[in-house]
Amino acid sequence: MSIWEYANPKKFIATTSPVLPWVFGAAGLCLIGGLIWGFFFTPEDFRQGSTVKIIYLHVPSAMMAINAWAMMLVASLIWLVRRHHVSALAARAAAPVGVVMTLIALATGAIWGQPMWGTWWVWDPRLTSFLILFLFYLGYIALWEAIEDPDTAADLTSVLCIVGSVFAVLSRYAVNFWNQGLHQGASLSLDAQENVADVFWYPLLVCIAGFVLLFVALVILRTRTEIRARRIMALQARALREGVRA
Amino acid sequence: MTDLGAYAVEVMSAYAVSLLLLAGLVWVSWRRAVKVRRALEQIEGPRADG
Repeated sequence: MSIWEYANPKKFIATTSPVLPWVFGAAGLCLIGGLIWGFFFTPEDFRQGSTVKIIYLHVPSAMMAINAWAMMLVASLIWLVRRHHVSALAARAAAPVGVVMTLIALATGAIWGQPMWGTWWVWDPRLTSFLILFLFYLGYIALWEAIEDPDTAADLTSVLCIVGSVFAVLSRYAVNFWNQGLHQGASLSLDAQENVADVFWYPLLVCIAGFVLLFVALVILRTRTEIRARRIMALQARALREGVRA
Repeated sequence: MTDLGAYAVEVMSAYAVSLLLLAGLVWVSWRRAVKVRRALEQIEGPRADG
């Protein structure tokens, strides 16, 4: 069986119907469990005090902001190469989820930065590239809405997604590229010396799982909606043509 | 209630903003899913698309 069979809209809806409630349930469990664990049952950091508890929202949302764009990039490339409508619709469905993740990362970062850095915002490489990524998300959503023909919209938004990927990569590696600015390097590392302490790491891992699962659940739900909306458009267009012929 | 010390406002506002945005996103996505599904059912009949 080929993976491309799931690019069939009917097959996609039939396959995801039984899976969706479980993914939402798992996302809810991980998110609620991870946030309660992190908020109530972890100590303060010796330097950052209780603001360290913002990590359980800031890091997973920032990760998902970048990964959502990466997912949109893969879906856009599949659309451009293989012309599977489900992939274009999945990319469209992921954009509002990505924009909310980016907004959460920016908002929690500003709230965290104020007491730690003494400022809400600074034109630091990582913060600036994240703001540009946020603007790319808005532009991507606006472009989908602005173009009437769905295939043309999918083509142009795919190109925009490829261009925006530069900023998604920059958002991730800006600190390493420029090695300046207020934002610290990655909080998570395979090197135990660089990684956050275990007491923060385990609840953070659960929160990251929750954000990933929520993203998957929302993208599935929204892709199903986009497929149905496209079907409605097709049926209405067919009815209109038949009405004109009659 | 856990003691957040001097940073209670910052931590609580970060959680409030994030949870509101996440809840809003889920609610909007769910509401549109139900609306579009019903609209398609009206055209095609129930369970037409699985």
